[in-house]
Amino acid sequence: MKRLVRSLKESLMLIKNKDFHQLKIKTKRLFLGMHFKDGLIYHLLVYALLLSFGYIYLYPMLFMVTNSFMTVEDIIDIGVRWVPSQLNIENYQLVIQEINYPKALLQGLYLAAVPSLMATMSSAIIGYGFARFNFPLKKLMFVLMIMTFIVPPQITMLSMFRMYSRYELLGSILAFVFPAVLGQGLNGALFILIFYQFFRMIPKSLEESAQLDGASSFKIFTRIALPLAIPSIIIVFLFSFVWYYNETYLAGLYLSGSELLTLPLRIDQLINGYVGIYQGNERAMQLMQAVKLAGNVLTLLPLLIIYFFTQRYFVESIDRTGITGE
Amino acid sequence: MPKTEKSGRTLKSMLVNNFIYRREIHQIVLFSFWKIKITNKRRQSLIGLSFVLLWIVGYLVFALYPMGHSLYLSFFKVRMDGSSLQLLYHGIENYKAAFLIDERFVDMLLQYVLQTAMNVPITIVFALVIAMLINQDIKGKGIWRTIFFLPVIIISGPVIQELLNQGATTLPSIQEYRLIGMILDNLNPALAAPIQALFDRILLVLWFAGIQILIFLAGLQKIDKEIYEASMIDGAGPWESFWKITLPSLMPLISVTIIYTVVSMSVFSLNEVIIYIRNVMRGESTVGTVINGMGYSAALAWIYFLVMSLLIIIFIGLINIRKRSKS
Repeated sequence: MKRLVRSLKESLMLIKNKDFHQLKIKTKRLFLGMHFKDGLIYHLLVYALLLSFGYIYLYPMLFMVTNSFMTVEDIIDIGVRWVPSQLNIENYQLVIQEINYPKALLQGLYLAAVPSLMATMSSAIIGYGFARFNFPLKKLMFVLMIMTFIVPPQITMLSMFRMYSRYELLGSILAFVFPAVLGQGLNGALFILIFYQFFRMIPKSLEESAQLDGASSFKIFTRIALPLAIPSIIIVFLFSFVWYYNETYLAGLYLSGSELLTLPLRIDQLINGYVGIYQGNERAMQLMQAVKLAGNVLTLLPLLIIYFFTQRYFVESIDRTGITGE
Repeated sequence: MPKTEKSGRTLKSMLVNNFIYRREIHQIVLFSFWKIKITNKRRQSLIGLSFVLLWIVGYLVFALYPMGHSLYLSFFKVRMDGSSLQLLYHGIENYKAAFLIDERFVDMLLQYVLQTAMNVPITIVFALVIAMLINQDIKGKGIWRTIFFLPVIIISGPVIQELLNQGATTLPSIQEYRLIGMILDNLNPALAAPIQALFDRILLVLWFAGIQILIFLAGLQKIDKEIYEASMIDGAGPWESFWKITLPSLMPLISVTIIYTVVSMSVFSLNEVIIYIRNVMRGESTVGTVINGMGYSAALAWIYFLVMSLLIIIFIGLINIRKRSKS
């Protein structure tokens, strides 16, 4: 901005002095810059693009938040689009009451936190094993591990479902904890890869000196490697948490019909119940849309809060997977 | 107490010094017969294996067994009999049925292939553009990043389903622009339809680009700034330096993002095909009893997986062909 004002002042001076040749050069500088990238046109272009992309990304959020505050009249009224005529929190009250929000939220957090904690621990151990030791068939195992990322859950879910129902694990959090403990949780391969990459980056001499002092491999892992890996641990936990929290496909299969439900599933259930009751009632269906959106806002709120505080870890994360090549 | 210490020592010595397993200085003796030398390499690999043991067990139980089992089931007609399964050998009937009888599945699969083939390049191009934009020296970097990484945490099935239903994923303002409407009207319908579809779905596609933006951003930050400076001195503009420096250095990442995009789109919980597979598995499909049940759904899942892998291979192949013809 300062530069812009200054160059404007300069050009005014030039006009006063009738130095049109200089003026021409100056304007060209202003718009195109020394090498286009520092010119005004380029900057305008960049910010225009950023704004339009930002709009695209924020639009659903804005839509969700504003519509969730609307009354039936507002939804039907085409004139009311962005600003509800009154701040109506009835939709929220309804959802909070109906699903017993505090309890449902705690359940959702519990369903996400426990498996992610397990997945974080197991992937740290496995990643360390792959990164630090040589053993027969290591390459093959590594390839197989990466392959598991591509195999869709539809292939394995059938047998898993059978297995779980045989051991009566359906409807219990254990259905998610067991795979997580064994490094096969949601996107488990990715997390192992993150730790693998990180542990390979730690200088080996640190561990060798501990080994000379007589520490066992397990001790080296817990006392030296793990404390160094805290940033990776946070990243893996966060991603795992977010993915488990949002999971609906497998959760719908393993948990459906039970008391334990993830938050998105619970809201889905609530709405489906209402749709069943008010089928055909136009007005109620309209209101339901707003209620659904309120439910979605309530689902996303905890994630947004977490994201707000831990943003920088998400940004750092990819560096640690090492897929960018080290 | 000295007594327990002593008994502890004897227990320990019993564990490492008995008939079955005896530990000597440089070797382990099993059954007083097999002698295994303890080398550093062997010790290392044993410790390594014990770290990875968790994964090995997990792979066998939660990956290899279910995969093998479902492949096996896909060749059978499976009937639920109480809690046990009744298997009836069916040969490749299940696979045949998927293509010949089940019109819905073929239709959905084609839709899926078309959509993925279209969405993946779009996602990657947009991710690249956005990553390059926020990699620059811009005002409010933190705010922009916060906005563009939102999809990373909000890829949640029901929420997106809701937004889809309510039309929040199509930008109303784009449709209202007369100009775009006019352009579309004057185009050949074969050309206009995909463009229209693109506008309809641009939001959803962009919302898939969260992780990809992260990957590209990390890649961009790894490129040495001096290369750009050197090229600038040699008279290269931003256009040339993009094609000659930025894109080639990001090439390996593009393959990674393609794999990630195809996988995440294919297993996304709103994907019609996977919902259909789940419904078939639970016996909720409406096609009829002939083609229903677990065996059939296993066959469907494997077909789907093969198609998905094929898509990945084709994409990666295309990228590599371009690379080779260029050099």
